[in-house]
Amino acid sequence: MKKIKYLIFILFITIPTKSFSLIEVDITRGNLNPLPIAVSPLSYNQESRSALEKELKIEDLGSEISKVIENNLKKSGLFNPLNKDAFLQKPDIAHLKPRFEDWALIKAQALLTGKVDLQDEKLRVEFRLWDVLAGKEMLALAFTTVPKNWRRVGHIITDKVYERLTGEKGYFDTRIIYVAEEGPKTKRIKKLAIMDQDGFNTKYLTLGKELVLTPRFNPTNQIVTYLSYFRNLPRVYILDIETGIQEVVGDFPGMTFAPRFSPDGKKIIMSFAKDGNSDIYTMDLENRIVERITNHPSIDTSPSYSPDGKYITFNSDRSGYQQIYVMRSDGSKTKRISFGNGLYGTPVWSPRGDLIAFTRLHRGKFYIGVMRTDGKGERLLTENYYQEAPSWSPNGRVIIFYRETKSGDQGEGFSATLWSIDLTGYNERLVETETDASDPSWSSLLSN
Amino acid sequence: MHRSLVISFGFHIVIVILTVLSLPFIAKKPIDLPPLISIELIQITDKTNIPFAPKAKKIIEKIKKEKDTLVSEQAPPKKVKKENPKAVPSPDQKMKKIDEAKSEAIPLPEKKAKKVKMTEEKKQNPTKEDTKVKQVSEFEKEEIIDPNKIAALIDKSKKEIAETTKTTNRVTQSQDKNMNISGLTLSEEDALKAQIFGCWSIPLGLPYNENLLVKIKLKLQPDGSVIKTEILDHARMNKPGQGFYKVLAESALRAIQLCQPLRVPTTGYERWKDLQLNFDAREMLEG
Repeated sequence: MKKIKYLIFILFITIPTKSFSLIEVDITRGNLNPLPIAVSPLSYNQESRSALEKELKIEDLGSEISKVIENNLKKSGLFNPLNKDAFLQKPDIAHLKPRFEDWALIKAQALLTGKVDLQDEKLRVEFRLWDVLAGKEMLALAFTTVPKNWRRVGHIITDKVYERLTGEKGYFDTRIIYVAEEGPKTKRIKKLAIMDQDGFNTKYLTLGKELVLTPRFNPTNQIVTYLSYFRNLPRVYILDIETGIQEVVGDFPGMTFAPRFSPDGKKIIMSFAKDGNSDIYTMDLENRIVERITNHPSIDTSPSYSPDGKYITFNSDRSGYQQIYVMRSDGSKTKRISFGNGLYGTPVWSPRGDLIAFTRLHRGKFYIGVMRTDGKGERLLTENYYQEAPSWSPNGRVIIFYRETKSGDQGEGFSATLWSIDLTGYNERLVETETDASDPSWSSLLSN
Repeated sequence: MHRSLVISFGFHIVIVILTVLSLPFIAKKPIDLPPLISIELIQITDKTNIPFAPKAKKIIEKIKKEKDTLVSEQAPPKKVKKENPKAVPSPDQKMKKIDEAKSEAIPLPEKKAKKVKMTEEKKQNPTKEDTKVKQVSEFEKEEIIDPNKIAALIDKSKKEIAETTKTTNRVTQSQDKNMNISGLTLSEEDALKAQIFGCWSIPLGLPYNENLLVKIKLKLQPDGSVIKTEILDHARMNKPGQGFYKVLAESALRAIQLCQPLRVPTTGYERWKDLQLNFDAREMLEG
């Protein structure tokens, strides 16, 4: 027994103590290239194909929907949709079971496949998102809708794909309201217009008899607030897009402007000017109670709520120059947050809550930028001759704004266009509109 | 009177001449030549491994100790005593010190155990890991620098010295070996990093201000192809509100898949067959 113990002891101490600690390698860099994704055209059987063609007068709805998706993904700057000519597998077979080697061969990292059906006069679209490299399905969903809504189906699919691959909500099933402009600069006709986020389905909401400015979406429904002229006095209006009913907000003995909804959509916050002084007021849309928020002899305007409704950012010239301020929603604890040279205006709180977008005028140039809500970390995203009015996409990643070009004395060469830029500052794009456009406002997601 | 004047004059002249002659020397001398640093040329391939800092310190200390002990072996013990007259009052204390010295000299198994624990802990809560590592390493540093123990080491009779030097020698050697075989050399690590940098498309939508660090454990084949991947904080993947973590983890997995086979060293499969990659996009997303 002793011997055995001794042996065990000897064995124990002579066993080589060589053990390998796990090697760790820190990967702190990668490439910032957009993710290569293959969007296979949506497949369908011959029967529903001809029925759809008859109903919508669109030859190949499956590939049209996939084009909508591709276009959305590409514009986001985060994805690189691959050329369909390189696809080796047929759409219908790929939707059943993709040959991942084929898709990996063309360097796709994600694959989107789908199927369109016409069932009882309804359009049924199903899609699957595949991780090509891991060889597995990441997402599978189906929608049923009226065939006329097919573009929205494309947007909704993009939102789902975007959310699955980036971790944040998409912004594709949304609309943009803006001021459509026509005619020479001196005699401009301005109409309220609304379109899908990708520039399709434009509708004009006003006739252009009165001047309209600064339309803003209610974040919770399809109501907009904007500035128009009533008896030659600028007043804040609201308009229900679905019913077409519009009304003046409140009975103010003066000019009201720069309206915006509160995050819950129940209040309108705006500026009210009287005797050369403008202060910030809110009006509850249900009980019509008006509250005065600021009381200062300087010009306070462009208010915007934080997404939790607890704070308001606005611009004021109380320091001598127009700068951005933040205060509690009851008007207390006002704090200046912008300290750079030049003028700051049109602050807008991001729906994500972390940033405030603004316009800055410095040495004759206009910048669109963002800063944190304490004023730190200011970043100017884009510079131009004239640009302003930033509005956030509902996920707080993209900003839409408008630019005007320099014009001659008679207004020649003048144009106004919508542009979008994402927070990286690299992905700047022209948003195509039927006419000249200004003052864009991004809606929240329609499907939520 | 006249004579003393002459003597004074003579002395003054001597002083003047001396200063004139010597001053330039004084002036010249302070030209600061940088002290010579002797450099040993070492084969890089085996040693470019930049070790865990405390370990390096330890090894340096050990080498110093060895040198010290060598000196004390040759020199008469008296000298040593002069250096540290307070340190050797009684044989009892001597024994204690030896014990201390021994325990100081053979810390390896304990530290290993610590390390293993650390890695295990990392698995459980990776967020705290950074600070922990730092704390531990600082602690180790303190231990190593402890002057009493060095004094104790110096303060020994020949036999004891011989014994301890042997043990320390053994330990340092084996530790050296371990050092060389654990971890990749810089060039090996760089090759692997560079490869994965190219494969990893960082999801640009991630917020930079969240604690997003994905650790993936790999099992590799000798040719660098991946047998198994394991996300160390897998539970977080499917938790609600951790969408960004999931996205990052998936992008990291894609990068590994895309990079297969990994650029691993041609030799020493045993040491890198298990490999952990820590994907951290914060640096990129902030800038």
